[in-house]
Amino acid sequence: MQTKKLTALAVGIGLVTLSACGGSGGGAAADSKTVTLVSHDSWAVSKKVVADFEKRSGYTLKVLEDGDAGQAVNKAILTKDNPQGDVFFGVDNTLLSRALDNGLFQPYTAKGADTVEARYRADQDKHRVTPIDSGDICVNYDKAYFSAHKLTPPTSFDDLTKPAYKNLLVTENAATSSPGLGFLLGTAARYGDGGWPAYWKKLKANGVKVVDGWEQAYNEEFSGSAGGRKAKGDRPLVVSYASSPPAEVVYADPRPATAPTGVATGTCFRQTEYAGLLSNARNTAGGKALIDFLIGKEFQQDMPLNMFVYPVVEGAKVPAVFTEYGPQAGDPQTLAPDRIAAHRDQWVKTWTSLVLK
Amino acid sequence: MALPVAFFGVFFAYPVAAIVARGLRVDGVWRLGRIADVLGQSGIRHVLWFTTWQALASTALTLLVALPGAYVLARYDFPGRHLVRAVVTVPFVLPTVVVGTAFLALVGRGGLLDELWGVRLDTTVWAILLAHVFFNYAVVVRTVGGLWAQLDPRQEEAARMLGASPFAAWRKVTLPALGPALAAATLMVFLFTFTSFGVVQILGGPTFSTLEVEIYRQTSEIFDLSTAAVLTLVQFAAVGAILAVHAWTVRRRESALRLVDPALTARRPRGARQWTLLGAVLATVALLVVLPLAVLVRRSLDAPGLGYYRALTRDDGGTFLVPPIQAVGNSLQYALAATAIAVLIGALAAAALARRDAGRLVRGFDALLMLPLGVSAVTVGFGFLIALDEPPLDLRSSWILVPLAQALVGVPFVVRTMLPVLRAVDGRLREAAAVLGASPWRVWREVDLPLVRRALLVAAGFAFAVSLGEFGATVFIARPDNPTLPVAVARLLGRPGDLNYGQAMALSTILMVVCAVALLVLERLRTDRSGEF
Repeated sequence: MQTKKLTALAVGIGLVTLSACGGSGGGAAADSKTVTLVSHDSWAVSKKVVADFEKRSGYTLKVLEDGDAGQAVNKAILTKDNPQGDVFFGVDNTLLSRALDNGLFQPYTAKGADTVEARYRADQDKHRVTPIDSGDICVNYDKAYFSAHKLTPPTSFDDLTKPAYKNLLVTENAATSSPGLGFLLGTAARYGDGGWPAYWKKLKANGVKVVDGWEQAYNEEFSGSAGGRKAKGDRPLVVSYASSPPAEVVYADPRPATAPTGVATGTCFRQTEYAGLLSNARNTAGGKALIDFLIGKEFQQDMPLNMFVYPVVEGAKVPAVFTEYGPQAGDPQTLAPDRIAAHRDQWVKTWTSLVLK
Repeated sequence: MALPVAFFGVFFAYPVAAIVARGLRVDGVWRLGRIADVLGQSGIRHVLWFTTWQALASTALTLLVALPGAYVLARYDFPGRHLVRAVVTVPFVLPTVVVGTAFLALVGRGGLLDELWGVRLDTTVWAILLAHVFFNYAVVVRTVGGLWAQLDPRQEEAARMLGASPFAAWRKVTLPALGPALAAATLMVFLFTFTSFGVVQILGGPTFSTLEVEIYRQTSEIFDLSTAAVLTLVQFAAVGAILAVHAWTVRRRESALRLVDPALTARRPRGARQWTLLGAVLATVALLVVLPLAVLVRRSLDAPGLGYYRALTRDDGGTFLVPPIQAVGNSLQYALAATAIAVLIGALAAAALARRDAGRLVRGFDALLMLPLGVSAVTVGFGFLIALDEPPLDLRSSWILVPLAQALVGVPFVVRTMLPVLRAVDGRLREAAAVLGASPWRVWREVDLPLVRRALLVAAGFAFAVSLGEFGATVFIARPDNPTLPVAVARLLGRPGDLNYGQAMALSTILMVVCAVALLVLERLRTDRSGEF
C-alpha cells in the first residue's frame, strides 16, 4: 500500500516536471492579437478602462510588471534584443537618457501627441517617447505634529535648514532610491551646480536623516503616515510625493475629513514618466495603438486614483479627492533629461561622500 | 546524476555565467582588468571588510545565544517543545522584507528596547547582528541540537561517575562528539550572514553594505554590470571556499558515532538549575523570535473587525490585477511545483552522492549544489532574463520560471536532509536484494524508498517552506497577474496609505502561519537520523 502511494507520488512529480517543460513554449509565442506592456510595479489601472481598450482596439492587453522603476528600465535594456513586450511604460526624466542612449525605443508619434502639454514633452526631434504622467517629489509634513508644537510647517528648501526644523527631516538615499534622487535633483535645480553641496552641508548640520528606501522613510520613520504612526515614527518631515496625502485618505477606512499630512509646496521636483515603442517589438501595430490609448482621455483620467500621478494632456480632469487633499505645487523644480544625464552620476557620488560618509 | 547536473548547468551555471560575461565582455573582448580596477576602489574594499567582520561577529553571537537553546531543545522534555522548535524555524523561512520590518519594531524607535531602556539600535551594526541571530537561531538548534539529541548521555554520565566535574565531562566527552556538527553549523551561519541582503538593507541604513547588497545596487540601481560581475566573482570565490570547508566537515561528521533514539535522551528538567536554564532559553526565544513576529500579527489586527484581512479579498483593480488573497493560492501552487522539482533533483543528487563508490568528482558536486544559497538572487534573476530567452529554452514568459528559481534554493536543503539517511542505509541490504534477482529499480523501491520515506517527506516540507518564502529571485520573474505572497507583501509595503500597510501585515501573518504549519507537520515527521536542518 505504502509503495503504491509512493510510486504514485514519483509519477506525479514526473508529470509535473513534464507538463512544466511542455508548457514552456506557449506563453512566449508572438501573437498579433495580444499587445504586451512592460512596466514597473506601480502600474495600476481600472478594469473597465482596460476592457474598453480591448474592445475598441481588438487587442488583448497583457501587462508585465518588472520591479521598481529603476529595475524595470535596466531589465528592459538587458532584454532589448528580444524584448519581453511591445511597449515600455514608466521611464522617468531621471533615467530617460539611459534608456535612449541604449537604443531601447523606436520612433513613433502618438495620435494625440499634440494634446500633451508642452512642458512635459521630451526628445522632440526623434519622437521616441511619449509623456504619460507626471508627479512631484516633495517634502510631506505631519499636520498633527506641527499643530501640537504650534510650529508652522516649512514651505521651501531654505526653510528646511532653519533651526526650528532641526532633526525633523528624513530622506532617502539618492544613490538607490528614486524619490531620494529626485530630492537631490530638486536641490541641484534650485541652487545650481555650485550651490547645492553647500545647501546639503547645512541640511546635514540641521540633522537630516538618510535611510535607504522610500518604504522605510515613509512607513517607519515618518510620524504622519499610517505605517509610521504604528511604528511610532518620530520624523514629522519626509521626502515623498505630492500625491501621498490623497493616498492617505483614499486608503483609509473610514475616510478622514482631512488628510493627516500636507505638502511643503516649495520643495518639489517634477518627475515625468514616458512610454515608448520597444525597438524589437513583435506587435508594433498593437504597441502603437496602446501608446495612443495611454494618452487618451479615458486612461489619463483614470490614472490619478490608481497610480497617484497627474495627467499630462490638456483638459484631462483630476478627481476631486486630489484637488481637495493634494495641492499641486505651484512652481516645481525640474531639470532637462540631458542635463540630468550629464551630471547624475557625479552628483550622486558627491552627495554620497558629503552626506553619508 | 545526469539530471541534477543538467538542471544545475542549465538553470544555474549558464544564467549566472551569462550575466557575468555580459558585465566583463565588452564588444567581444574580455575586460579582466576590471577586476583589479574594482578591487582597488577603497569603497569596495570597505564593503569586503565589513562583509567579513560582520559575518564573523554574527556567527559568534549566534552560537553564543543559540547553543543553550540547542541543548535545551535536544535534552529537555517539556510540553510545547515541538511548537518551540517550529517557531524558532519560522524566521529562517520568512522573506527578509517581512522580517526586517518586524525586527525594526523590536530594536527600532518605540520598540521594546526603546521603551524599557531608551536604547535604539536601528541603523547601528547591533541591529544587524541581532537580526542575524534571529534568522540563524534555527540553524544552530537544528544542526547541533539534532545531533545532540542522539548522543548517548550515558557516556557523559560515565565520565561523571569516574570523578569528572560536569564541565570537564562535557568538554571531554560531549564536545568532541558535537565538534563536526558545530563546525557545520558555524559554517552555515557564516555563509548565510556573509551573503546577507535584506537584513542589511533594511536595518543597516545606507551606510552599511555587504557584498550581496552592493551587487544588488550595482546591478539593479546603478546598472554598472561590470562592477557587479567582479563582485559576483569575488562572492563566488568566497562562498566556494566556505563550502569546500563545509563539505569537508560534513564528511568528517559522518564518521561513526553511536547514535540513539532522541526520544530516549530527552527528559524532564530536574532541580532549580535545569529549570532556570530552560526558563532562560524560553525567555530568549520569546524576546528574540516571538516578539518581533507578534508585532507583525498585532499590526495586522489594528483595523476593527479584521478589516485588513477582509480587504485582502477585495478586487479594486488597484495595487494588483487580482485580489491580494489570491497570492496565497499562487504561492501554494508555485511552492508545490518547486517542491516537486527540488525533491526530484535533490533526491537523485543525494542518491548519487551517497553511493559508496562515488568518486571525488561526484563529491565535489555536493558542494556545488549548495552554491545557489550563496549566489546573489539578483544575479540569478538577471541571468534568467538574458539566458533563457531563446528557443529551445525560451522560458522567460512561462510560469515555470518561478518554481525553477525557487527549486534552486530548495535543492540544497533536500540534499542535506537526504544524504545522511541515504548514507546510513546498509549496503548489504541492497546487495542481498540484487543477488536475489531484483532489478536496480526494484532494489531502490523495495529497500531504499521505505527507509528514506520520512527523510523524503521532511525534505519536501523544507523545500516547500523555503520556496514559499523565496523572494529575491522570484521578485524578478513573478508575473503581475499572479504575485507570490512575499512579492505581494513587498508591493503593498511600497505604497502609501493605511490599508496597504495593514494588508501587508495581514499577508505577512498569513505567510507566517502557513510556514509554521508546514514546519509543525515536519516536526511530526522527523526522521530518526535527521539531516542538518
